[in-house]
Order: sequence, then structure tokens, then C-alpha cells
Amino acid sequence: MEPLKKNNAPLGWMGIHRGHQARPVEWLAEKLIFLVSLSAIAMVLLIFLFVAREALPVFFGETNTALVQQIIPTAELDKHSDAEIQRYLELTPEQFKNMDKETLKTLMDVKIEALNDVPENFRNDPDAHVNTTDWKYLLKAHQWNGYDQPEYIWQPVGQIKKFNIIPLFVGTLKVTLIGLGFAVPLAVGAAIYVSQLARPRIRETVKPMIEMLSGIPSVVVGVFALIVMASVLQKIFGYQTRLNAFVAGIALGFAVIPVIFSIAEDALTSVPRAYTQAALALGASRWQTSWQIVLPAALPGVFAAAVLGFGRAIGETMIVLMVCSASVMSWNVFDSARSITTTIAAEMAEAVNGGPHYRILFMLGALLFAATFVSNMIGDFVIHRFKNKLEGKR
Amino acid sequence: MAELFMPKLNVPEGKNSEHTALIEFADLSLYYGASKALKNISLTLGEKVVTAFIGPSGCGKSTLLRCLNRMNDLIDNVRIEGACKIGGHDIYAKDVDVIELRKRVGMVFQKSNPFPKSIYENVAYGLRLHGVKNKSELDGIVEKSLRSSALWEEVKDRLHTSALGLSGGQQQRLCIARAIAIKPEIILMDEPASALDPIATARIEDLILDLKKEFTIVIVTHNMQQAARISDQTAFFYIGELVEFGATSKIFTNPSQKRTEDYVSGRFG
Repeated sequence: MEPLKKNNAPLGWMGIHRGHQARPVEWLAEKLIFLVSLSAIAMVLLIFLFVAREALPVFFGETNTALVQQIIPTAELDKHSDAEIQRYLELTPEQFKNMDKETLKTLMDVKIEALNDVPENFRNDPDAHVNTTDWKYLLKAHQWNGYDQPEYIWQPVGQIKKFNIIPLFVGTLKVTLIGLGFAVPLAVGAAIYVSQLARPRIRETVKPMIEMLSGIPSVVVGVFALIVMASVLQKIFGYQTRLNAFVAGIALGFAVIPVIFSIAEDALTSVPRAYTQAALALGASRWQTSWQIVLPAALPGVFAAAVLGFGRAIGETMIVLMVCSASVMSWNVFDSARSITTTIAAEMAEAVNGGPHYRILFMLGALLFAATFVSNMIGDFVIHRFKNKLEGKR
Repeated sequence: MAELFMPKLNVPEGKNSEHTALIEFADLSLYYGASKALKNISLTLGEKVVTAFIGPSGCGKSTLLRCLNRMNDLIDNVRIEGACKIGGHDIYAKDVDVIELRKRVGMVFQKSNPFPKSIYENVAYGLRLHGVKNKSELDGIVEKSLRSSALWEEVKDRLHTSALGLSGGQQQRLCIARAIAIKPEIILMDEPASALDPIATARIEDLILDLKKEFTIVIVTHNMQQAARISDQTAFFYIGELVEFGATSKIFTNPSQKRTEDYVSGRFG
């Protein structure tokens, strides 16, 4: 046999010291991929920072919506601290810094004019004297002037703006939970059928068809729900309000089914065939094998599918916006509901940039972001617990 | 089956007739699509005997083994001709309940495949499937099965931890315990020790010798020494054909076919 040709002969054993120079292209590719993944994280952070920054004044109680306020005469500009003036004029610190005295004085004149413009009948209304963006009014029921009892009200337009966010959270939860309650059993059932029980030919037709559902734009699902489903469901259940959280939830379910289905199906299919064979060899029927062996073994994946479905459902805007959007405070599924995303989508364009309504909408966005984040964290934790338990680690 | 127990541990050469015939392949052929994987196999195996199927890879020995509990049904395009009888009943007859058959014909696979459940649940699963609900009865059978598979002492303090935490050899013995818990009459073993180290293999082999007092065992193995050590009868297969079948001592010392001699002496395969 001929002796092997030595590579890098002039370098000799020094060749082993070349480090990453030996494969520069691979090294470069690796670093590039690393940068790309970093940029994904950076994007998420940036979006969150942007949302949070716009919402900060609400968190710190710096917004004020009281119609009737103590007027600061323009001449007294110097008697008050910068912070007070900035808050009085509803400016951001940055805007405030860039203004000279003259601009501030003009703004103060405008403010006084606006405050004097408040219609006479509001002067005696106690609601006109309070800052409705205070946490007390955002979270707790309040007996507004003219109401018989304390109520949760989201009514961001009008003279006295009511920003209670509880109806929106209730609406979101109501619609999302109905959607998941409808979608999870159906999607997981279909996944079990397709991955375990169906014959190959059936599997090859059913699977792409369910996955094609995810290609339907949610506007189309919304139209279908609005025109067809709402009437059909009303005929079946016979409730009063035709467009309600129930219809929205079911329509949402249709949008979420493909997400849950395809992940759950993957999880079920990746359960080792050895488990199935062992169960069948013990004399289990196909159904028993799927239900008692394969499903428990795939539970982390199926749970992950449900968590992802939750994320998709809570973030879905269009369907809920089209089907129902009255911000009613009610846990009754046959009442209307307004979800957080719907609120943001419908109202952001009309909210005054930098105004209290605008800030509150951003705060809703930040809270939604946090809620999704927390739910994903919990989901991840549970999935790991499941996995470790299955794999015998504790 | 215990009442049929015969206190005979080793079958002397050529005296298989002392055992009642239990399994009978009559002119059995099996096709995967168009290709014929088993060619006209005729073979009779006795009760409470360890039979080894040997032969080079792809010779059809595992396929033949899987005919006995109809695991081949799971593969598409499999067609069978001829008959496969257990206790005189054709197990491929139309009215056969595969579940009942598999309850009586247990199987241990090449790669240990305990369920991702606790050790206890692994053994109890088959019992629950077949309607045992009483807790103390379950406990009793689980313990007995684990003792029979020589695993009890090692796991008795952690019965309720996951079976996937066991070592490979322990997992395989757990699979054997799981198979014997439902008291099958026949146990099929498809290269049960091929993924194990020599010590774990020796324990499995001891176990098989022990189990044959109660069960009829058919084992597929690639390991010639293993076949020689544990089996009473050996069948040698080559490309879907049964070349030679007889008492193990005869196959390994004085085979009548040239091909058998070449294979067992390591000249090919």
C-alpha cells in the first residue's frame, strides 16, 4: 500500500494549532446564524420596550383625564416645579425639555382655554373631577354618575372617559377559553385518529386538509362566522343575542384547530413505535394502545400544542372583532364580549397620539404581552416536568 | 399450564417426541408485496421447549416469529399462505381474535421497550388490559412476575419510579416480567439480548432457562453460543427457507446439511 499523502506537510504538527482558520467558511456561517438568532431575541425585546415605553405614564400615574382641574395661571409658570408643569400640560419629559418658556406659556393658555371650555353641566359632576386613568378606576367597579350601582365600564370616548379594563380581560378569557375548549378536544382527537388509527390513504387526505385550514385568512373565517355560523348556532341553542362570545369562540376554535392539530400530530407520531408494538403484543386493542400508551407518552407535546393554541387564540383579532365587540362585563358565554386585541385594533387609529386613551391601549398591549409570556413560561415548566417524569429523571 | 409441568430440564438428543406438539407451521409462505420472504416452511415445535431460530440477517427468522402473534398484521401488503397452528387451531382463521391470541402468545423485543410509566405500571398494564382490577391481586402478580424475571430485589424500593430510569439489562428483564405477568403460554423473544452487555446477557439467559419450566419459548438469536447454551431445539434458516431443524446438540455438533455446518462454524453469515 502507498503511504498516505500528508496534508499541510510544510506545517507538520503545527497544523493542529490553526483553530478556526482551518474551516473559515464553516466558522463564518456559524457566527452568522448566531447573529440571526440574536437579532430575533433583540426584535422581541425592542417591541416590548416600545410598547412598555408608550404605556409607562399609565403605570406611573402620570396621565390625567380629569375634565375639571385646578387652573395654573400662565403668569405663575415659574412658581411651579418643572415636573408639575410637565404633568399639567401632559407632556413627556423629552417634549418638555425641548420647549422654551414662550411655547410653554402658549400651551398653558391653550390649556386654560380648554379647561374653561368644559360645559357647565359637567362642573357639578363628581366624575369630571377625577382622573379616570387611576388604577382604582382601571380595575375596580365604580358607581358613575347616573348609574344605580358600581359597574365595570370600558367607554373610552365621550366627555368622561371610562377605562375599566376588566370587561376586556373577561371578554378575552371568555372567547379564548371557549375557543380552546372547542378546539383542543377536536384537534387532539383528530391527531390521535390521523397518527394512530387511520389507514395510510385516509391519513394522506385528512392531514393536509386540516392543515390547509390554517391557510384560510381569519377575515374569511370571520365572515363565515358572522353570516352563517351565528345564525345556525342561534337556531340550535336558541339564545337571545345573535352575535356573542360563544359564536366568536367557536369561530376562533376553527382558526386554532390546525395549529394544535399539526403539533399534536407530530408529537403523537414521534412516540416510538416500540411502545405501540409492546402494547399490541400484550393484547391491547389499537384504541387502548393510542389512548393509554401513546397519548400519555406524547402528553408533553400535546400540552405544548395546547399552549401554542392558547397563544394563537388570545392574539387572534379579526374574528372576534367581526363577530362581537360590545364590551359587556359578563361571564355569560351567550353575551357579547370585546377582547383586548380587538380593542387595540379598533381604537388605536382613533386615539390621540400620546393621549390617555393611546397610553391605555399600549398598556393593554403590554399586559397582553406579559400574559402570553407568563402562560408560555408556565407551559414550558409543565412540559419539562412531564418530560422528566416520563424519562425517569426527577 | 402449571399442571402440565414436566420435571425435565434438558431434552436429550432426538427425543423431542416426548413433548406434545404445540406450534405447527404447515407449508407456510409469507409475501411482502411481491417478494416471498418465507418459503414453504413446515415445522413443529413442542410444548415447554426452548426453540432457537438462527440464520444470517434477512433470512426470515424474525418474520416467522412474528407470525405466531400476528404482529406481521401491522405491516401493509403482507400476505400469508399455508397454515400456522397453535394447539391445533389455525391462528390466521377469519374468526380469530388477535387480542386473545396475543394474550396467550407474549413477546419480548430486540430493543427493550418499557412504557414511559412507572415500573409497577409497566407490569400491571397487561393485567389491567385483561381485566384485573383488584389492587392486592395486582400487587401479588407484579411482585411474582418481577421475582420470576430476577428483578424484584433491584427494584422493590422504587416500584413507582419511571421504568426509563433502569439500565438496559434491567429494562429488558422488566419487559420479560411484563410479558409473563399475563401468563401467556408461549413467549416469543426477538434477539432479546442483542443490545446488552455480556453480564446482562448472562442474566437473561439464566432467566430463559428458568422460564422454560413454565412457558414454551421461541427465541431468535444471532449469537450462536447463546442458541447452543439455552435452546433445546434449533432451526436454521437461510433466505426464507428452513434448512435444518433438530435438537440443538445435533445442529451444533453434527448437522446434516453442509450450509448449516458452514453457518454454525462461522464460515459465513
